[in-house]
Order: sequence, then C-alpha cells, then structure tokens
Amino acid sequence: MKKLFQTAAASFIAMAAATSYADEIKPAVVFDMGGKFDKSFNEGVYNGVEKFKSETGIEYKEFEVTNPSQREQAIRKMAQRGSNPIIGVGFAQEAAIAKVAQEYPDIHFTIIDAVVDLPNVQSVVFKEHEGSFLVGVLAAMASETNTVGFIGGMDIPLIQKFACGYAQGAKYVKGDASVLSNMTGTTPSAWNDPGKGSELAKSQFDRGADVIFAAAGGTGIGVYQAAKDAGKLAIGVDSNQNHLQPGTMLTSMTKQVDVAAYNTFKTAMEGTWKPGILSLGLAENGVDWALDDNNKSLITDAMTAKVKEAREEIVAGKISVHDYMEDNSCPSL
Amino acid sequence: MSSPNKTLPGWIDIGLIPLINIALAFLVSGFVIWLIGEDPIEAVKIMINGAFGYDEALGYTLYYTTNFIFTGLAVAVAFHASLFNIGGEGQAYIGGLGVGLLCLLLDQYVPLWVILPLAIIASGLFGAAWAYVPAYLQAYRGSHIVITTIMFNFIAAALMNYLLVNVLIARGSGSPESRVFEETAWLPFMHEIFAWFGAEITRSPLNLSIVLAGFASIFVWFFIWHTRWGYAIRMLGHNENAAQYSGIDTKRVIIGTMCLSGALASFVGINEIMGVHHRILLEFTAGYGFTGIAVSLMGRNHPVGIIIASLLFGALYQGGAELAFEIPTIQKEMITTIQGLVILFCGALAFMIRPTLERIFSNFTQENKTAVVE
Repeated sequence: MKKLFQTAAASFIAMAAATSYADEIKPAVVFDMGGKFDKSFNEGVYNGVEKFKSETGIEYKEFEVTNPSQREQAIRKMAQRGSNPIIGVGFAQEAAIAKVAQEYPDIHFTIIDAVVDLPNVQSVVFKEHEGSFLVGVLAAMASETNTVGFIGGMDIPLIQKFACGYAQGAKYVKGDASVLSNMTGTTPSAWNDPGKGSELAKSQFDRGADVIFAAAGGTGIGVYQAAKDAGKLAIGVDSNQNHLQPGTMLTSMTKQVDVAAYNTFKTAMEGTWKPGILSLGLAENGVDWALDDNNKSLITDAMTAKVKEAREEIVAGKISVHDYMEDNSCPSL
Repeated sequence: MSSPNKTLPGWIDIGLIPLINIALAFLVSGFVIWLIGEDPIEAVKIMINGAFGYDEALGYTLYYTTNFIFTGLAVAVAFHASLFNIGGEGQAYIGGLGVGLLCLLLDQYVPLWVILPLAIIASGLFGAAWAYVPAYLQAYRGSHIVITTIMFNFIAAALMNYLLVNVLIARGSGSPESRVFEETAWLPFMHEIFAWFGAEITRSPLNLSIVLAGFASIFVWFFIWHTRWGYAIRMLGHNENAAQYSGIDTKRVIIGTMCLSGALASFVGINEIMGVHHRILLEFTAGYGFTGIAVSLMGRNHPVGIIIASLLFGALYQGGAELAFEIPTIQKEMITTIQGLVILFCGALAFMIRPTLERIFSNFTQENKTAVVE
C-alpha cells in the first residue's frame, strides 16, 4: 500500500515536472509610468500578454514603474529571478534595457517602441507615420471644409511622428488642405485629460476643421465626444476605437502593440524568438486603418479605392512617408 | 492647580506621537490589504525586508532618502519663515537642468573634482532663480506664494519638455533625453566607493549625493538656529509685524529664504542627474518635491526629524516597490494608498491623538503628585 502511494506520488511529481518543462518560459513585462491601464500603449501590451496568459495558462510577472530609477531596478530584478523573455514597454526603457541586457546575455529582452542594438534584444518599432498617412488620406477626403485637425497627447517626437504622417496623407490627396495640430500638454497627464481634449477639439472645429485625428491616449475620449456633439468626425488611435462613438468615428489608426507583445511570449515559448529589429509598418500589418460596421457608412468607395492605392504605393516604396523622428522635423506641417 | 497640565514632555511629542501615528497608518493599510484578500503580516514583512533586508534594498532606500532630505529641508526652511513652498518639484526640475547643462558643457574637458563644485553651484543658482520669481511676487506684489509656486511647477515641466524635445534631445534618439555625459561627470556610486576600500556591496543608485544631503542638513540646522539670518527667518515666521518693527527687512528675508529653499530642493538634480541617470531626462523628479512637504511636516521642520522622516519615506518607496513586485494583486495604486495613509496620519492628523495622550499623561502625573502629598 505504502509502495503504491509512493509510485503514485512519484508519477504525479514526474507528470508535474513534465508539464512545467513544456512551459518552461517564465515571461515578464515591465510597464512604464503611464501604468497598464493607460487606455493606450501600455494597455495594448497588457491586453496582449493577458491573451497569452488565458490561452496558455502561463503566468507572467509584471511591474509598473512609478519613477525613472525603477525602470532599471525592475528589469534587473526580473532578470535576477530568471524571467525570460522580458518585455520593456516604451521608449523610456531604452537605456535600462540596454544596460541590463548586457549584464544578462543569456536572457531574451524585447523592447517596444525603441531600438536597442544587442544580440539578446529584440526591438519592436512601428511605422506609425505610414498608418497615420492612410488615415490622413481618409480625413482629407471626408473633409468638406478642406481643413483637418490633429490632437496629440504629450508633446514628444513619437507623437509628432503621428502628426507628420497624417499631414502628409492629407496633403497627398488635397495639396491645399490645411492641417491644424495641437498637443494636449507637456506632462504625462496629457495622456489622460478628456476635458482638455474636448476643449481642443471644439477650438479646432471653430477654426474650420471637420475631421480630427486624436493620438492622445485617454484624452482622445473627450475628442470623440466633442466630435459627436458637434456632428463632426473623429479618428481613433492604437486600437480600433470605432465603437466608442458609432456614426461619428471616421476610422481608427491601429497599432498592433498587443500582437507584438503576444508574439514575443508566443515565439519565446515555441523557441522561435529572434533578436534584431522588427519594424512593423503597412507591409507587415503592424499598423492599419480600421473598417467595421460602425464606420462603413462613412467610408465611400472612392475613399476605399484611394486609400488602397496609397497603401499599395507605400508598400511598393513608390511613396516614401517622411518619418519625423529621422530628423525631428516635418516638411508638411 | 485647577487646570490640568496641558504640555507634554518632548519624548512624547516628537517620539511617541509619530510612532503611534505610523502604527495607525499601518493598521488601516493592513485592513485594506486584508480586504483585497492578502495577508497583511506577510505584506509588512515583505515591505520591511524589501526596504532594509539586504544591501541592494538598503541602497535604494537611502537613495530615495537622499531626495527626500533635500526637498524636506527646502520645505522646512521656507516654513520657518511661514512661507509654504509647494514649488520644490519645479525647483528640483530646473536645478537638474542646471546640473545637466553644466555637465554637457564641461564633461569632455575637466575632471569630476572641477565639475562637482560647479554643478552644485549651477544647481543651486537654477533652483534659487526658479524660486526667486514667486518670492519676489510674494514680497513686493502680494501674490500668494502657494499659488505662484504651484504654477511654477507647471511652467518648469513645460520648459523642460520643450528643451528636451526640441533642443537637448540626443541625435537619432526617439526618447526625449539629452546625450549621456562622459564618465568624468558621473558622481561615484556608493558601490564603487566601497569597492575602492575593498568592500563589496551590490549595485544600487545610492551615490555620493547622500553625503551632500548630510552636509545640507547640518548647514540648515546651523543656519536656522545659530545665525542672525536664521533668527530673522524665524522671527518673520512667528510674527511678521514684530519682525518689521524690530528692523528686519521682511521683503529681503522672504526672497532670501525662498532662494535658499529653492537651492536646497534643486540638489535633487545632483542626485538624479549626476548621480543616477547621467543625462537629462523627463520626469526625474517623480513627485519628490511634493513628498518633501509631508517629510518636513512629519520631521517638525527640524533637520534631525527630516532625516528620520526621509528614511521612513525612502523605506515606503522602496519597500512599496518590493511589495508590488512580490504580490501581483498589490498594484502601484495600493502602494500609493499606503503612502497616502502614512501622510494622512502623520501629517494631516498629526495631532489627532494628542488630546487623549495629554489627558492620560496629566492623570498619570496628578496621581503621582497626590501620592507624594499623601
């Protein structure tokens, strides 16, 4: 009897060991100062890793930094605990990832929205300017006043990149279109200020704009509301936000942050994770524009055709969309 | 003796009362932790171990402590003149700009021992200049310092953002940060200093700035209680009319005090920019200027109290991070709640239990007296 128990116990332990060997990865993610519920970038990553967790049952370790010194601390701590792979969210973690990745050459790191050139780091960047170009095309075609607006969150180069691509897209279809551009603020609170987003949107409507693209995280909610109240159009960002105000959301510029985060864990689990730069643009479906039941009445066939044409030309390299971050300037704005 | 003795001895006032307040704060925090289904005792253990348990943790705790000493002293100095300086955050931010610009300018040419004193001066000047404008407006135009210093925090944030995004940004970088300084402008880390003497400790952001914080504390103690200027500041704080009547130029004292306060807050820039990050970046002040208000309040505006309160807040920051790391259900919002409760009980409700203690104490002493009479 005793022996039977022992065998049972032994086989049970062996089974447990076998399953834990199969899912040997111990993934971790370090969110940045916005926090994982920032209705924007960090939340995209959160959705991606949550999807991975619910599909595979593999738990991940996480940390949300609250001051700049914690970035390095948290990433190093994850590495010390043997987490692998480790995702660093956002360009602000560039320096921290570069430092810790050198100390732990056997651990795989993925940084989203920045490039770290090390043999054990995968850098995921998005060509937001290409996606913004497409929604710029749509905005200019939908506009009756020939004036389109852009409202950014915090004034940083990344958001200028959205604005610049958008302006180029608008001017691609209507050379004389005017593009209004405003930033919500200069501190991270600019990512979550719907009141100010609404005020900025109203002021742009007063200045003649009738379509506004908001790349501003939670602030965008106020922009979309203002567009609905004024009977004008708005464009969402990051995820498909068309459902937020059906009927006045022209489209959304989607950025597949969740897919990138999910793929990091997934490829690590399958052993196909690779270092290097993953630059995700239109060709890679890393950025796109959203078409669903909520906005199909707003998109005409001419618009679909034009945006398809622009998309093909960008992918083929016939149109090269200027990237603001290459020289920190925008010729079209 | 019809009225009971209302005054409490010093050890109760500055020793026992803060301890009881902290205990109350932790009791309520424990209750909240229990509400979300975690073990409060375990949480406290993780926090204490995470703040003091090993050398890396202690390094982080002391690194935060350094920041809080600077901002706490800044608030305290202004408070002695009855000025409520809420602008520590902005003054620290601009101070860091001063440090950073100096390092960017000189790091390729001169060694650390030349850069450091100049950086301290640059930091102090920038911080003082940022405090000067609200001080001038208070002294000569009657604009309330609380309002103006808050506004200056926003202006500082906007200015720094503009400079980093448009002017100081490193070429080819997507992140609004300046280039990394040459190593000649890096303040040595404590683990490096220990290594010079052959002692090995784990790396942490703790650096030489903590020594500067010690000097600053001694300086403030000496300045406030042992100089004529300190006397003028305290007199202004107690009674502006009396100070004026006795021949003190109150306007000049207001401006001088605020400049000193701004300079003290600005040394956060030395710790963060020269000591830890070695480049100018956004948001490095991370609320230390605001926490300085709570630190000063808890430390009763005295350097010794401020050092102890800074250590407590340093431990809360580091232990809190450790707690969020170890227990996934405890999010950063929970850590903010615990920090908020400590501020609530030790700051806002600092004197809540005082009447009770006074009653107990006076009963106790009266019983003793009757016993002696009998």
